Amino acid sequence: MYKKLIAALLKRGLQALIVALIVGLVSFAMMQALPGDAAFRIAAGRYGYDLMDAAAAEAVRQELGLDRHWSLQLFDWLKALAQFNLGESFIYRGSVSEKIAVQLGHTLTLSLSALFVSILIAFPIGIYTGLNPNGWADKFFLQLSIFVRAIPPFAVGLTLVLIFSVHLKLFPVAGFRSFHHLILPAFTLGIGMAAVSNRVIRDSVLEAMHSDWQLFSRIKGLPSGLTLRAHVLRNAALPSVTYIGVQMAYLIEGVVIIETLFAWPGIGHALIHAIFGRDIAMVQGTALTLGLIYVGLNLVIDFLCSFIDPRSAKS
Amino acid sequence: MFTKSLAALGMALAFSTIAFAHDSAHEEKTVKIAAPWEITSFDLAISGYVIQKLEIMENLVDADENGVLRPGLATDWAASEDAMTWRFTLRNNVTFHDGTAFNAGTALTALTRAWKQPGVLSKAPIKSITAEDNVIIFEMEKAFAALPALLAHATTIIPAAASFDEAGAPVAFVGTGPFKVSAYTPPQSIDLERYDNYWGKKAKIAKAGYLAAGRAETRALLAETGDANLVFTFDPAGFNGLQAVDSVETIAVPIPRVVTLKVNAGHAFFADPKARQALSLAINRQAIATSITRFPEAAASQLFPPALNSWHNTDLPKLEYDMEKAKMLLAELGWQKGEDGILVKNGERFAIQLRTFPDRPELPLIATVLQASWKEIGIELDVSVANYSQIPAGHQDGSLHVALYARNYGLTPDPIGTVLQDFAAGGGDWGAMGWENAQVAQALEEIAAKGDVEKRAKNIALVSSIIQEELPLIPITWYQHTASIDANLEDVIIDPLQRSYGLSTMRWKK
Repeated sequence: MYKKLIAALLKRGLQALIVALIVGLVSFAMMQALPGDAAFRIAAGRYGYDLMDAAAAEAVRQELGLDRHWSLQLFDWLKALAQFNLGESFIYRGSVSEKIAVQLGHTLTLSLSALFVSILIAFPIGIYTGLNPNGWADKFFLQLSIFVRAIPPFAVGLTLVLIFSVHLKLFPVAGFRSFHHLILPAFTLGIGMAAVSNRVIRDSVLEAMHSDWQLFSRIKGLPSGLTLRAHVLRNAALPSVTYIGVQMAYLIEGVVIIETLFAWPGIGHALIHAIFGRDIAMVQGTALTLGLIYVGLNLVIDFLCSFIDPRSAKS
Repeated sequence: MFTKSLAALGMALAFSTIAFAHDSAHEEKTVKIAAPWEITSFDLAISGYVIQKLEIMENLVDADENGVLRPGLATDWAASEDAMTWRFTLRNNVTFHDGTAFNAGTALTALTRAWKQPGVLSKAPIKSITAEDNVIIFEMEKAFAALPALLAHATTIIPAAASFDEAGAPVAFVGTGPFKVSAYTPPQSIDLERYDNYWGKKAKIAKAGYLAAGRAETRALLAETGDANLVFTFDPAGFNGLQAVDSVETIAVPIPRVVTLKVNAGHAFFADPKARQALSLAINRQAIATSITRFPEAAASQLFPPALNSWHNTDLPKLEYDMEKAKMLLAELGWQKGEDGILVKNGERFAIQLRTFPDRPELPLIATVLQASWKEIGIELDVSVANYSQIPAGHQDGSLHVALYARNYGLTPDPIGTVLQDFAAGGGDWGAMGWENAQVAQALEEIAAKGDVEKRAKNIALVSSIIQEELPLIPITWYQHTASIDANLEDVIIDPLQRSYGLSTMRWKK
């Protein structure tokens, strides 16, 4: 068992190293390929249009050494990375890793809460509709899922705010300092996720219910409740967990619009600003962190799957 | 079991990472401010303007809402007779939020740093800054009367030594102002507490919070629900909607910011003032101000808005909208309609590019209005909406035709610094391009150098009338600063110069 664990960790560790290198190189190359003078962009991001001018851009160019050959700039970044240093933000000064740590914390809080909400909604609905396929509930939730999925998250968020903040006055409109602030953005994202995942869970449950082993367990005399708990749900959980893992990956970087709507500080928001402002150090650092999180996420999903289905770990 | 453990994990994470923060019924309510500007960095060259507005740090020179200078951390100031030396006497018994004393040393360090960074001081003709007892001395390269106004700008606020680490990198916001920082989450929010050892009149409210909310919809909803008590900058729809809400008062204050067109007068198409006048005549400012910015009274009749008091020239004839006259002027310059309706001269089509940016959402809309109305007089306009840095970049490499942006002439209480950058010999990145006028340059030099009130007024009148005639910049609309105020707050002052949110003077109604 431990051997397996160490092997899996080593495999993912190596994968992480390769991801880090590729993400760093690709994001650097993409930033270099963008048209326009980076010094002007960075100065614009720093000082705003009231104070930014050609002199400020020149000062930025000198300070950051942007006139050096690109290979030298890349070498410096790689050298610093080898010492676990992501460097300083070109626009905001200050350490990139500190900024990412703050923003990532908020993004993970929001993403995990949204995940929690989506599981809370999707599992009961998915299991019920899977056990009662083509019934009225199945048809109703299919329509509802399509409807919810078709609305952009921004509109879902605004609707929730109008109902729960403006009319019912239950939750604040925006902000992030208290648990109350988390509810609406988490539900906005969670509802969107649940709209798809409840269908995945439904299909998995349905498939499990039609399988030979399900029939066998019933024939051998197991009661339906026990069959459901011990066999059907465990088997149905496998594709569901994998799918939720994929959703989570999208979520971490895909919440930009929700972060902006609810004034929630997050990494997606930071990455977009960094790309607009040509904050190369910040883009590389953020992309690298996201890349590594995906590797980590894969690892967690692997472990969860082998926990749910020990056969896959043995094979 | 699996679902249960996930649920537990989710709950644990949610609760452990987020602290509860509720206003208890016994404690005085926190005044919450919402505005679009993020506080991205401890670097004051970047975030100083929000730190100044929140009254965390102060300047040597302060200004009231009419732009009249008053003592700040300096009690008085005076220039030598030739205006080559300025002496600012510092206030005694002032302490920073960390308890350390404010003195000439900290002021000198802060001002020297501000002078070396991009900002208003780096543009002033300063030769040296020194300290002597409790006096800060500026030696100038040439006579400069506007220095006190520059020392009221956000880039010249005075931080404590504790705002920087040993290597000199900014790491905290420690100032002398009536409020100190109790929590900061970049780029979104900052929490404030009253500073009880403040040297001046202490703030009436005990706590305040600032939230950067990027979307106008969010800000309007924050105002409507009372989740924010003071909210700044709305889109027209949100602003109109709030007027029906009883719990808030809405206010629109004219500010010295102008939507303006920069025209490359060095380009063959625009070298003759008649061409620039024709562009101006073909702009329906009233329609733009009514339908896009939604303040009909803000259609610009000249460059300097009424909010600029002494610079607004009431004697000037208004800029007109007259398409026929515009066509006539272009015809006089030898332009003739081609087959496709676009003007042609010497085989060249009147096809130009306008550069603008989306950070101010009304700009691309105004650009498309210009595109339609200039087409009527035979000018083909290609609108390029991108990063605003393409405007100074285009000025530098000469590739710019026309650019549309919002220029702030209220950066400092006296706009001369900005006007000098825009219209002095050689023009400026955000000002005239390929245009020079010896009379204007001479008058501006005199305004900058001397404090003589009468002469100054004459020079200002001369500058504004030449600019109106020659139109190196073509003004379109003036700005209104929109805000909503919780009906339970009183003594709220909305500063048209946007130097302060007025936190230290406001209070909750009893």
